[in-house]
Amino acid sequence: MTRAGRWFGRNLVMMVAIVVLLYLFAPIVVVMLMSFNEPKSKLSYTFDGFTWDNWQHPCRPFGMCDAVSTSLRIGLLATVIATALGTLMAFAMVRHQFRGRSATNLFIFLPMASPEIVLGSSLLALFVSSGFGGQLGFWTILIAHVMFCMSFVVVTVKARLAGMDTRMEQAAMDLYANEWQTYWRITFPLVFPGILAAALLSFSLSFDDFIITNLNAGTTVTFPMYVWGSAQREIPPQINVVGTAMFLLALLLVVGGELTRRRRTR
Amino acid sequence: MTSDLVLTGISKRFGAQNAVQQIDLTVPAGAFFALLGPSGCGKTTTLRMIAGLEEPSTGTIRLGEQEITGLRPYKRPVNTVFQNYALFPHLDIFENVAFGLRRRGVKDFKPKVTEMLDLVELGAFGKRRPAQLSGGQQQRVALARALINQPQVLLLDEPLGALDLKLRRQMQIELKRIQTEVGITFVHVTHDQEEAMTMADTIAVMNGGAIEQLGTPAELYDLPATTFVANFLGQSNLLRATIIGRAEQNLIVDVQGRKVTVPLPRCRVTEGDVWMGIRPEKVFLSRAGTEQSNGVNQLRGAVVTDVSYVGVSTQYLVKLSWDQELTVFEQNTGARGTLAVGDQVDLHWQPAHTFVLDAQQDALAGVEDIDDSGGAG
Ligand SMILES: Nc1ncnc2c1ncn2[C@@H]1O[C@H](COP(=O)(O)OP(=O)(O)OP(=O)(O)O)[C@@H](O)[C@H]1O
Ligand SMILES: [Mg+2]
Repeated sequence: MTRAGRWFGRNLVMMVAIVVLLYLFAPIVVVMLMSFNEPKSKLSYTFDGFTWDNWQHPCRPFGMCDAVSTSLRIGLLATVIATALGTLMAFAMVRHQFRGRSATNLFIFLPMASPEIVLGSSLLALFVSSGFGGQLGFWTILIAHVMFCMSFVVVTVKARLAGMDTRMEQAAMDLYANEWQTYWRITFPLVFPGILAAALLSFSLSFDDFIITNLNAGTTVTFPMYVWGSAQREIPPQINVVGTAMFLLALLLVVGGELTRRRRTR
Repeated sequence: MTSDLVLTGISKRFGAQNAVQQIDLTVPAGAFFALLGPSGCGKTTTLRMIAGLEEPSTGTIRLGEQEITGLRPYKRPVNTVFQNYALFPHLDIFENVAFGLRRRGVKDFKPKVTEMLDLVELGAFGKRRPAQLSGGQQQRVALARALINQPQVLLLDEPLGALDLKLRRQMQIELKRIQTEVGITFVHVTHDQEEAMTMADTIAVMNGGAIEQLGTPAELYDLPATTFVANFLGQSNLLRATIIGRAEQNLIVDVQGRKVTVPLPRCRVTEGDVWMGIRPEKVFLSRAGTEQSNGVNQLRGAVVTDVSYVGVSTQYLVKLSWDQELTVFEQNTGARGTLAVGDQVDLHWQPAHTFVLDAQQDALAGVEDIDDSGGAG
């Protein structure tokens, strides 16, 4: 009895961890499973049979691959723009003294703190009132995504920069590196993990966004909008193929990053 | 090749705070020069101005014929060993050391780096990252990274501050050896007076952003110019006194009714109220009435209040008739038995060991950690 109790006590943390992991991974496992599903009917929510078919013809559902491609393009573009602008912004806010710096700090948080539905609808109002009501689509989505991604980039890069010792840069300058060389040899490599994290975060935020996108999309359809739309009528198992592929890609990036980091510090 | 480093009228203000005030300083080429002072006295700021990392509010810095006051840091033939090393964490040791040579476009830098790593005994560590080295090893990397550029002046900002005592002593000897070997001017910042005294040819004692005194270690110790230097470098007994006259090349000083002579060149002020100073080891104690005065200064009628035996020496506290306590160190030569608490004693010392300072100054200025240097406990 006491022995069992002690065993239980010792392994309690481990068991909790396993339960939490199961809880976290259950949906992903389901997505992976369902990507091999051969549904009997259009609105089937059960695993009816195994097939490779979905993976062999991922683009069969009409318009899905277009939606994925739109989402990818918007995601990549929004990531590049938001990361570049946000990084510059973060540098300005950490490295330069200017009037209204603390106010800026606050403003940066606002887009993250406000409800998406409010942001989305006011953006729509902005687009319409400034005469872009007829051109809602790829570009308005992109503008919206850059906007909300940027806050996250600024916050992420800023945290990395603020934790960085300016003495590294001073030491570089003392060792004959001019401003340009100091930036590319010292500052950038040291801030890079922060920038990379910001970029990955931006991409997943953009790829994933539904509410703001839906309000500002016009007739353009992104992947989340496609999934939402099709869920009313049918659920093509190929959606799960895309989901699984995205998950594997993310996993690859994380594992790859971790491996290079380990190799570097060895 | 190397030339004197000359600071003229250098000041630095941070907002309302004067970190450095009107410093005039000449560091001779090839010297081992120490900037000594308590925390916050402006040592690092001074060093950073020489390196070009801080712009002086006033004054000029010259290196030989060349004025370098406004030059960017990377245009100066000056390198720094930073207070916390500031090694580049993303580069290995080899690349850290090669950094300066690469930036200057020096070809064939590899053998130089290898040679430099060997000099600091880190030849086998080239592939490691700074985080994988011990504190002492990192310190040597920082030194190698700066030295390899053969600057005209090497600035060292408390480079030994983070090391434990044993390693510190070892590195002090090592640094001194390297300096003699390469013949580069070293400006070494420290708040450890022992370190400054053992390593430097010349010491500038800084306090509150200004230089209190500049000289060789022996000069500073023998004839401190201010109460701060008298207390910060070693220990001093300071007694309230008044100058009452002059006899040939000596001044006659009255200490609570007793007359004491001090050679004129050893007096910073020549009239009025003063501090009369004497180092603890320069005082000789005798049992009351057993020694005659023959040209030496004396204070009679003191009582021993504390005796601490330190092995090679004994440290006494003696109370004078007006209740002031003085510290006296005596070598344990065995010539006379040790004194005990309560013994009546006389104090004797040479006029040539006495010094006289301005009474306006605080007698306790520069007194550091009384607990581990004084003998009261
Ligand atoms: N960038 C700065 N902004 C404002 N005040 C500063 C700045 N740098 C230094 N000071 C102030 O200037 C004074 C001198 O600083 P400095 O770093 O030169 O002292 P230090 O002698 O090197 O001290 P320590 O032995 O503790 O390193 C301090 O009072 C410090 O607070
Ligand atoms: Mg300092």
